[in-house]
Amino acid sequence: MSNPSDYTTVIKPNAGLFNLKMREVWAYRDLVFILARRDIVATYKQTILGPLWFLISPVLTVIVYMFVFGSIAGISTDGMPQAVFYLGGITLWNYFSSCFTATANTFTTNAQIFGKVYFPRIVAPMANVLSNMVKLFIQMLLFIGVLAYYLLQDNSAITLANEIYLLPVLILMMAGLSLGVGIVISSLTTKYRDFKNFIGFGVSLLMYASPVIYPISAVKDQGYGALLAYNPIAPIIETFRYIFTGQGCLDWNGLLVSGLATICILLFGLILFNRVERTFMDTV
Amino acid sequence: MSNPAIILENISKRYRLGMVGSGTLREDIAGWWYQVRGKEDPYSRIAETNNREQRGASNYVWALKDINFSIEQGEVLGVIGKNGAGKSTLLKLLSRVTAPTTGNIKARGRIASLLEVGTGFHPELSGRDNIYLNGAIMGMRRSEIKAKFDEIVDFAGVERYIDTPVKRYSSGMYVRLAFAVAAHLEPEILIVDEVLAVGDAQFQKKAIGKMKDVSMGQGRTVLFVSHNMASIENLCNSCALMHQGKIEMLSRTSEVVSRYLRINTSDGNIPLSKAPREEGNGQLFFSDCKILNATKQRTHSVLCGEPFQIRGVIDVVQKTVAPSLHISLAISNKDGLQLIHLSTDEGLSGNVAISQSDQQVRFYCDIPGLNLPRGEYYITLFVSDGRTVFDHVEHGVKISIEDGDFFGNGKVKASNLGLVLQKSTWSVETSET
Repeated sequence: MSNPSDYTTVIKPNAGLFNLKMREVWAYRDLVFILARRDIVATYKQTILGPLWFLISPVLTVIVYMFVFGSIAGISTDGMPQAVFYLGGITLWNYFSSCFTATANTFTTNAQIFGKVYFPRIVAPMANVLSNMVKLFIQMLLFIGVLAYYLLQDNSAITLANEIYLLPVLILMMAGLSLGVGIVISSLTTKYRDFKNFIGFGVSLLMYASPVIYPISAVKDQGYGALLAYNPIAPIIETFRYIFTGQGCLDWNGLLVSGLATICILLFGLILFNRVERTFMDTV
Repeated sequence: MSNPAIILENISKRYRLGMVGSGTLREDIAGWWYQVRGKEDPYSRIAETNNREQRGASNYVWALKDINFSIEQGEVLGVIGKNGAGKSTLLKLLSRVTAPTTGNIKARGRIASLLEVGTGFHPELSGRDNIYLNGAIMGMRRSEIKAKFDEIVDFAGVERYIDTPVKRYSSGMYVRLAFAVAAHLEPEILIVDEVLAVGDAQFQKKAIGKMKDVSMGQGRTVLFVSHNMASIENLCNSCALMHQGKIEMLSRTSEVVSRYLRINTSDGNIPLSKAPREEGNGQLFFSDCKILNATKQRTHSVLCGEPFQIRGVIDVVQKTVAPSLHISLAISNKDGLQLIHLSTDEGLSGNVAISQSDQQVRFYCDIPGLNLPRGEYYITLFVSDGRTVFDHVEHGVKISIEDGDFFGNGKVKASNLGLVLQKSTWSVETSET
């Protein structure tokens, strides 16, 4: 018998709890990019407007929000122009919700592939997060365009904040958070389909628990405003608007707590996901 | 025998039968509650061996049980067995699609599995994009795919369509492209599951040739699962026979293949009524089947080209009413290849109807002369009403064919270079210009 250490692949019933196989994921990095590219290219094949659809949906949503929440309900926008306020909110929120939904459905949408070939399963949700990031950048161009329009109008309500350097941090936090929550749900969904029903309305309810259509200042003094502090998404959206407009508030503590929560959820999700991915094919 | 590429130690895999996923939260909580009260959890009874023909008491089943073997480097190992014997489960474990319940698998080098070709192909993407996508899914780096891109396209022979979405490909082109990517993977260990069953004959030949190159020329280890005994014999030096989740035999291919075919048949030794059933609800039951020669004497062997009769009895076990009964007999050779299919649909004018009071169906199938060369053949019996299969005995009766005067020219020794014989008339001329 030869030295057992030359066996490069060892398949065992259970892996270590904290063996997150990051080296293996690194070896499959090309797959992350290729899958992300597939998602983007395939979505708009055989459409006339192509990637323009990335822009049409936020524009229409903003118009509806301006009418419903701005005009009819008269919810405050913290002194920002309504278009800027809503667009800023939904640009980042859409990123979260589409990453989260795609990630939460990872095992069911990829069951075909996962049933036939092995690769670190986390590659699939990572590709989702990446392809949605491209969508986010395109939508941010729209947001910056609208912002520029108001800046040129010399609207004193808008000034870029000094903390604009926080932007990449905010995007990374949002990516980590959606990936983390998504893989927790997807891990649970493999066994208990109950959670699948939760995904759809859970996301829409979560939007109302996040400052997308209202600023934190509008609910701070209300009873449930305190609850909002526990939502790690809230400080991210709030800070996002702040750094572009100089309006609203920058809550360093909230941001820090939100960052810690993101890391914890992501780590917990990865551990859970790693346990589930080994045998999920038997239950899916 | 000292350098195995793969070692399997005590590999077992347990599956849960029936409804998985619905109601499991309730069962898990209930099971937990039983445990809390110190009682036995009724939901985790001991699993049973995997025999799909018997109904078991437990909800769990061992799809694989205590598998131990190793595969030498450069060996091409065939895996055969009936449906449900555990072949696919074994491949799934080896390709890491799912984890074993117990045991370890150790392997040297990269394992690539071809449980299907074209995994992850996206219909909207072009052939080019799909080569990259599929290659990356199989574990290739982008640079590797790029280096082999031209070779892959060339092998698949789809150069003209490389920028066309694969949804516009013919199914043959699709498979060729998919196999081409897989064939250029260059893993140390390749696991293949019946993917060669697709594609035209020319491509199958190419694919088998490629797999031979992979194992012989490049010293790679190949694990090949197939129901096609011809390609198993063509490709594999040794072969494992699986039966009810266990390795029944691991030896030279020809021995294992003939053993496998014996498992599936009554071999003329087991009476038809006791032969294993492939499927069927048991309402009707083949209880007897015999072969009668031209002088109406019972026999096991007939001469090639000589008329004979297959005569059988079907018992009506449960009262059955069927307006039209389909009875068919299939003759296959010792490699399990089905050569001839005879059926009441073609050989009988009118319908066989059975009514409530019928207790037995007797059938007589006259054959003017079989155009098969000398050898052992098996008859498969099948009866249904078009929707429900009542009984199906795979290789239930053995028939041997002896050399006979098939061509009517006085020569009794027919060529066995082809699978079937065919009469023909020749004229040959020689000329000087």
